[in-house]
Amino acid sequence: MNPHRRSPWIIAATLLTLFFLYAPIVVLIVFSFNASRISPLFTGVITKFGPFQLVSGNVVQSPCGPFHWFCDLSQNTEVLSAARNTLFVAVTATIVSTIIGTMAALALQRYNFRLRTFSQISLYIPIVIPEIVMGITILVMFSQLFTFINDSLHLTGDSQLGLGLWTVILAHISFMIPFVTLVVQARLQGLDKSYEEAAMDLGANEWTTFRRVTFPMILPGVLSGALLAFTLSIDDFIITFFTNGPGSPTLPIYVYGLLRRVITPQLNALSTVWILLVLIAVFLTQRVESRQR
Amino acid sequence: MSEFAIELRDVVKKFITPEGNELAAVNHVTMQIKNGEFFSMLGSSGCGKTTSLRMIAGFEWPTEGEVYIDGELQGRKPPFLRPVNTVFQSYALFQHLTVFQNVAFGLEMEHTSKNDSRRRVGEALEMVRLTGMDKRYPKQLSGGQQQRVALARALVKRPKVLLLDEPLGALDLKLRKEMQLELKSLQKEVGITFIYVTHDQGEALTMSDRIAVMSFGKVLQMGPAVEIYERPANRFVADFIGESNFLDGSVKSVKDGQAVVYISAWGQELTGIVTSKVNVGDEVAISIRPEKIRLSDQSTPNAISLDGTVVNSTYIGSDTHIYLDVRGQRLKVWEQNRVSTLDPRAYYQNGQKIQLSLVPENTLVLPKE
Ligand SMILES: Nc1ncnc2c1ncn2[C@@H]1O[C@H](COP(=O)(O)OP(=O)(O)O)[C@@H](O)[C@H]1O
Ligand SMILES: [Mg+2]
Repeated sequence: MNPHRRSPWIIAATLLTLFFLYAPIVVLIVFSFNASRISPLFTGVITKFGPFQLVSGNVVQSPCGPFHWFCDLSQNTEVLSAARNTLFVAVTATIVSTIIGTMAALALQRYNFRLRTFSQISLYIPIVIPEIVMGITILVMFSQLFTFINDSLHLTGDSQLGLGLWTVILAHISFMIPFVTLVVQARLQGLDKSYEEAAMDLGANEWTTFRRVTFPMILPGVLSGALLAFTLSIDDFIITFFTNGPGSPTLPIYVYGLLRRVITPQLNALSTVWILLVLIAVFLTQRVESRQR
Repeated sequence: MSEFAIELRDVVKKFITPEGNELAAVNHVTMQIKNGEFFSMLGSSGCGKTTSLRMIAGFEWPTEGEVYIDGELQGRKPPFLRPVNTVFQSYALFQHLTVFQNVAFGLEMEHTSKNDSRRRVGEALEMVRLTGMDKRYPKQLSGGQQQRVALARALVKRPKVLLLDEPLGALDLKLRKEMQLELKSLQKEVGITFIYVTHDQGEALTMSDRIAVMSFGKVLQMGPAVEIYERPANRFVADFIGESNFLDGSVKSVKDGQAVVYISAWGQELTGIVTSKVNVGDEVAISIRPEKIRLSDQSTPNAISLDGTVVNSTYIGSDTHIYLDVRGQRLKVWEQNRVSTLDPRAYYQNGQKIQLSLVPENTLVLPKE
């Protein structure tokens, strides 16, 4: 028997797996073109271009045609501001956590110091503890800290410290660092010490050695660590939920808020755009990783 | 300028092993390496060669003792401030840089002007016969070519001393032989002091002006190839370099650089040359190189003739290797095949009785340690 013959069972299992993985996404995307405003049923695609027209809950005609809900979304200032918040948090936290995480990886991999093993193990803690525990813990820490500072400096009113986007950024940084560190460490492990020694041997001091040899050689690891951190940040809900201040939601928080009110295909359009962005990020990560080899 | 390019004074390097023990990888080593010398450190794996080299380069600091480069005490100077360069066993070529950028790296660190740098890199690549390869990346080169890039990268800096850690270890035999000769002539050409680390005695013997034979962190003997081979300081060196027949005995008398040794297994006295100090009564080893035993010889004056039986004889082309039983002791003898013939009677047969003669000038009296 040909061992490479494809058994029908394997084909069936593959198709089922793909179906369960992608069917919800396909449905979600299809519904972002739904004509019905509220119906959970698909009532057809908006086909006509023209001035906005609504007939018994169905959009019949729109200036954007089938892309009505995407246009509608782009008019929604709340969504746009939430998207801006999300990007701002993700970019800032990614930059900071990549720098700190890379330095931590270098320290753990290249130097022997007391508490090295302890530091290494403590890296896994934010990864393994439930996110909700981490969220609550950070919230408790912030409120304790704020109460203490506000009280001891006698701050009142607007000058009081409170939760806001910046606390979200700090929380994100703290849970992203271990991911960056572990990815960069994996890269460093495969990097023989002799490259750095060769650079020093040829007259480069420590900083030049890092800049000209170590960093270029671990760059693919740093980039994939950063992209991983970025994707973790833009779709984080739980930690953001606990550390977020009033009035400046990120996209996941905003969407959660919408769910409790009314669901329109605008939400599907938003998810579609979001999925596209995440796909692009994942694709880039893959590209970088395949270049490493 | 100091007389010595490199000087190690009573250097000790201790490591803590993963098991928590203290290990002296280098144990009270003193070496003086002259300017322009091709100096080899020879020893089996783990004897401390790399560690010695790394202390000269500045990657490790001695636990005790001092390293001098060109008469200057190095102390804890970092590698980038030392006038020596290293060719690493793994080559350690920068994978993200081209051949040209690799070789130019060291010059860039010295802020050499662009034009000068381009010219010197060109010269260095020409010297190692890699002209035209400058735009390639290390991965696009063969092992031998990578090795030569590593060499050019270190030589372009015109170091006081070039340190080479088993640089040919990863190459196949034929290429290795070629590179040995090439390295040797290159060294004469540039006139730079080479310190060459190897575990391959053939390599050390062919290339070096002087060799340091190392074992367990100690230098057992230091000298030119001839001296190491013909006058080994002790039994270990004689055993490590080339092949030898050993017989145990005790010293009866010492006079004029020769000693008379009683071989209890034979109940016979042999006279031989003393290479290190031995005293009357010492238990010593007699060492005779297999190519220096004469079979069925007309006895020369002061030679000792012994009867033996051929146990085994192997024809290996240029030589025949004959294994003898001489009064219960095994001796090996290499004989050159000086006559071209197919006649089996011209070669030794198993069981054949023969006479062999030992002369004092080919017999060495060596301390066991
Ligand atoms: N960084 C280190 N930590 C602990 N032991 C080491 C270290 N470097 C070398 N050693 C030990 O020192 C001894 C000599 O090593 P090395 O100088 O590399 O030998 P060689 O180059 O002659 O093979 C070996 O037993 C090795 O295991
Ligand atoms: Mg070594």
